[in-house]
Amino acid sequence: MDFNLLMQAPPPATPIEAVVIGVSAGAVDALSTILPSLPPDYPIPVIVVVHLPADRKSILAQLFQAKCQVDVHEIDDKEQLKKGTVYFAPPDYHVLVEDDKRVSLSSEELVHYSRPAIDVLFESAADVFGPALAAVVLTGASADGAKGLAAVHAAGGICLVQDPIQANSRTMPEAALKACPTAEALTLEQIAKRLLEIALKQ
Amino acid sequence: MTDVAEDLETRLLLDAIFHQYHYDFRGYSMASVKRRLKQAKEHFECRSISELQHRVLHEPAVLPELLSYLTIQVSDLFRDPAYFLALRESVIPHLRTYPSLKVWVAGCSAGEELYSLVILFREEGLEDRTMFYGTDINPRALERAEAGVYDLESIPRFTENHRKAGGKSSLSDYYTAAYGSAVLDKSLRRRTVFSDHSLVTDAVFAEMHLISCRNVLIYFDQDLQNRAIGLFSDSLIRKGFLGLGSKESLRFSKRAGDFSEFARDERIYQKQRAT
Repeated sequence: MDFNLLMQAPPPATPIEAVVIGVSAGAVDALSTILPSLPPDYPIPVIVVVHLPADRKSILAQLFQAKCQVDVHEIDDKEQLKKGTVYFAPPDYHVLVEDDKRVSLSSEELVHYSRPAIDVLFESAADVFGPALAAVVLTGASADGAKGLAAVHAAGGICLVQDPIQANSRTMPEAALKACPTAEALTLEQIAKRLLEIALKQ
Repeated sequence: MTDVAEDLETRLLLDAIFHQYHYDFRGYSMASVKRRLKQAKEHFECRSISELQHRVLHEPAVLPELLSYLTIQVSDLFRDPAYFLALRESVIPHLRTYPSLKVWVAGCSAGEELYSLVILFREEGLEDRTMFYGTDINPRALERAEAGVYDLESIPRFTENHRKAGGKSSLSDYYTAAYGSAVLDKSLRRRTVFSDHSLVTDAVFAEMHLISCRNVLIYFDQDLQNRAIGLFSDSLIRKGFLGLGSKESLRFSKRAGDFSEFARDERIYQKQRAT
């Protein structure tokens, strides 16, 4: 056996326990490329923050339930995260992850003029999952998600960003790449593929 | 992964606050507490949570400000109009059958929810037979609630909420504008009592017909939620009503069996079992 080769092999990757996605302007189109490709038994819970108007009910969960093979719904406070499920943040609440892998909601102040905010979810998920987290920043017209992605990176998680050239609105992916230069800039199709690969390693 | 030292410091700080000042945040949802303590740490220019603990123990003036970080105070008059509309259309007809009524807003913060209920009950002709109790742990919030003064800029939003909640009068009947503020009419306080009460450490409040506790339980962990919901159940008369925030539910509670769903989407429950 070539011992040197063994020494050079990358350390075994941490199995991913959660995927978090942040997206704003252009969310429905972008998510439509990613979420429907998840198989019904996708072994990782996926939490999605979309910037939404605070004073209206969101139809995102219904919309994507119709398109997806996984279960899709809007988060209720203290829900336990389950595999094969996509969770949407409700309008007017931040979403945070607790140590026991339940999700908490919060009416804390707006971050980047938004509640829910991507940074709030990413930072708390990074705190709980550390390297067992994959975070994705997609199209959007604010800087939300950049600080959160840097926190995910610092905790050793996987960082994926939609290639700004492809994004409907490039501000958010650009800010994310600036804050986290080692993040992978990918097309939506590549991101969908990566999320499936991550699951294969489980 | 979670910063172990900081987690320990956080627990020690919450212990210290409890033992010295009897405010118990130990059963709060930790993700949010940690986030707010981080902000407080920056505000007080402390290098660590331990340093913040030292200051809160040795400088009594730090506590009130720290409390304002640890308790969230975001609300509107008639926040979530659909909730107030459901109260008006579905709950009020039941309450009308009682000769006298008690309403409790638990975690009333600056009083927005309580005054919304007073206005609603006045419009429905029930104010005169109702006592409204507003409780909170934060003395500053209670002072603000008693003052009933809100930012004038919020008034268009409040007015729109009130209209969507089926308002039968004009919101402008209930406030006067002065110096950039909207001052609520003193008559709205006629039937209200504000007092200090903790869902964590205090006991049953009184025989209530309606308890409204919206976006308070989200800050509690499972055990504390169970305690609070037990307290609500024990404080309600049989067939009394409990209203929660739009994303809160009794689904994960041990005391869920005490209640039936009354208005599902608006998270209004009715007490069934006598306790």
